[in-house]
Amino acid sequence: MVRFAALADLKSMKKNDVILLAALVVAAFAAFAGISWYSHISTREPQAVVFLDGEEQGRYPLSEDITVELCQDDGSYNILQIQGGKAEITQASCPDKICVRHRPVSGQGESLVCLPNKMVVEIENGEESGVDAGTR
Amino acid sequence: MAKKTAYMGMLTALAFVFSYIEFLLPINLGVPGVKLGLANLVVIVALYTINVRWACTLSVVRILLVGLTFGNPASMVYSLAGGMLSLVIMIIAKRGNLFSVTGVSILGGVFHNVGQILVAVFVVETTSLLYYLPVLVLSGTIAGVLIGILSAILIRHLKKAIQADGQNMNRKEE
Repeated sequence: MVRFAALADLKSMKKNDVILLAALVVAAFAAFAGISWYSHISTREPQAVVFLDGEEQGRYPLSEDITVELCQDDGSYNILQIQGGKAEITQASCPDKICVRHRPVSGQGESLVCLPNKMVVEIENGEESGVDAGTR
Repeated sequence: MAKKTAYMGMLTALAFVFSYIEFLLPINLGVPGVKLGLANLVVIVALYTINVRWACTLSVVRILLVGLTFGNPASMVYSLAGGMLSLVIMIIAKRGNLFSVTGVSILGGVFHNVGQILVAVFVVETTSLLYYLPVLVLSGTIAGVLIGILSAILIRHLKKAIQADGQNMNRKEE
């Protein structure tokens, strides 16, 4: 009897309820598909990831020309320049300037390192040619 | 009036206990904010068996009580945002008369989550939280269906009980 009554309540749902339900489910799945497609596209974009003292400080897409000053609390700095799809360090406070002399990087997994300042710039999602292109 | 007060007190206590149960048994699906919303069951019952004003009072009192006992000011703000948006939407949906209790409950569940996400985006200032939205819309919908069907059963029995009581509960729908 109770079961039957519950069934009657279930039938009290209007047609609009079912439409609403279906619309929300479809919208949720569409939004989910859209978001995962978008993040798939955006994470494939090559970008320079900056680490200071092992911690990620920022991500800069190689597609945009930009100059970033990476300053640290102790006064040391590196200036990262992204131009023409390549990243390089143009100026730095470090004594050896190895990072400044490093050629511009754009390949997958390539990096710019400044040991005195504990700074690392790493390329993510870059082209796979990388080192081979340099040594060919 | 006395009976109405007693009824309201009972519903408030029930909503409070439901919140506590959900606090004790959280559903963990890896996305924060997924929950059944048992307390909404009581708010919907109040909305349909008493009136809008008392449903609002019930909702606010419950959120304040829960916030003060199990939560903190931050969680209270999130609950309040979700609860109020959900309540406003449910009142509009009920007046629009397009949906049954289940439809109203679905909208309530979904907009509770939407309200919380909006506040979270505002507080944390990252739009990346919107990535949670599809999952929360879906979970809100499912929770809304379940709570809606339960509400329909409860409302039918309660209305019968109220009428059988012969008490004039002054059940104005507006």
